[in-house]
Amino acid sequence: MSKVLGLTGDGAVAYAVKQCNVDVVAAYPITPQTLIVEEFSEYVHNGEVHTEFVCVESEHSAMSACIGASLTGARVFTATASQGLALMHEILYIASSLRCPIVMGVVNRTLSAPINIHCDHSDMMGSRDCGWIQVFVENAQEAYDWVIQAFRIAEDPDVLLPVAVNLDGFILSHSLEGVRVLDDEKAEKFVSMRKPVLTINPDKPVTVGAICFTDFYFETKRQHVEAMDNSPKTISKVNDEFAELTGRRYGFVDTYEMEDAEAAIVCLGSTAGTAMAVAKSMRAKGKKVGVIKPWVYRPFPTEQIIKATENLKALAVLDRACSVGAPYGPLCSDVIAALYREGIKLNLFNVIYGLGGRDIRPTDLEAIFNEALEVAKTEVVKEPVKFVGVRE
Amino acid sequence: MSESKPGWKSIPIAGILLEPGSAMKYKTGSWRAFRPVIDEEKCIGCFLCWIYCPDGAVIREEKSVKINYDYCKGCGICANECPAKAITMVEEKR
Repeated sequence: MSKVLGLTGDGAVAYAVKQCNVDVVAAYPITPQTLIVEEFSEYVHNGEVHTEFVCVESEHSAMSACIGASLTGARVFTATASQGLALMHEILYIASSLRCPIVMGVVNRTLSAPINIHCDHSDMMGSRDCGWIQVFVENAQEAYDWVIQAFRIAEDPDVLLPVAVNLDGFILSHSLEGVRVLDDEKAEKFVSMRKPVLTINPDKPVTVGAICFTDFYFETKRQHVEAMDNSPKTISKVNDEFAELTGRRYGFVDTYEMEDAEAAIVCLGSTAGTAMAVAKSMRAKGKKVGVIKPWVYRPFPTEQIIKATENLKALAVLDRACSVGAPYGPLCSDVIAALYREGIKLNLFNVIYGLGGRDIRPTDLEAIFNEALEVAKTEVVKEPVKFVGVRE
Repeated sequence: MSESKPGWKSIPIAGILLEPGSAMKYKTGSWRAFRPVIDEEKCIGCFLCWIYCPDGAVIREEKSVKINYDYCKGCGICANECPAKAITMVEEKR
């Protein structure tokens, strides 16, 4: 029987990692990810896991150590946030390009300056082209569930890419929730052992990270793209097996009341939970609104977004990050690009919200839904990019 | 050049080289703008150039040294370190 534990978002990640037979964790603490590292180091201290825990001096070193460990065939985990992810930036590309199936918890926090420890998605969005599979979760349960699935996805020989599981700093990382956890044996059976394909091994020497100039770099990058493009098959397979095991069904996007919605919100992470609650109360008043929550951000769920939006008259895309100088925020740019690919012209607007941990309230979301309904009715987008929650 | 080489579908993933010691196949001598030339009359056989060469392109012989121009990139460290000023960097004119 599965049991329910009171866990924070960070605690849920640490608990999942404890159950996943992880060989090496190299990590450096940074708010609001610290609880993951703290709780996991307790598991190590108490002998509850066989993991080699490497206390490194920076995130740059953390990711470097993870790559070295992963290349030997080890199962590897790390976690970071904000400036830590930014400091890892160059090594993130090396991890994915060397096809190291590392799993990382990213506890989303904004980037300095001004210095701020609270939630937005600037950190991951700043590294979104690093070639990692990127998942965003809504609550601690999803954090637990996706970390377990992430090892299976990352290590699949058809994928061999690192996976970042993103959870909102403080909103999820430090909030206590009831999390339904698997029995250790069931989790262990599900994740099994990593079966590495190519490893560094003194008995069969290979060269990793050799120079690759104009004659081979492009081919190597093309392979990387192919691995990412093939990953949906594996992601779906793992989602299916996980649903069979737990009854909890994941996919590329989660949808709420989208069957007959006229207007909808697309957003990542914890905001989707609030948006769904607001949609529910608006539905009770006869307003046809729905929510689309991409779980998987990279590879971008183009098909699923097109399908989810096919009957909509208007869409609000919420970005908890801004790409200063770009026509839209990162998520909105991706949604537009996905629709454009199929020649779909949907009336939509972009909402930049919640930067530096600014709360997004149910009343804010209700106003956004109402504006989207207005766009659905008038077919006119008055303001393509709106800032919600900022003082004028 | 790139057309005659294997494409992304057939090369090992992640730029991994399956065969060890393959750096020997990559002759870097063409990078050189200046070539080190040894004056054997001046050479005192201290072998500092052999120690310092970052590419292993200085070959140690009984009393003096030879340069392997297939791999020497012409960095000039040997000439700089030579206490007898026995190495001159001469511009490559190709």
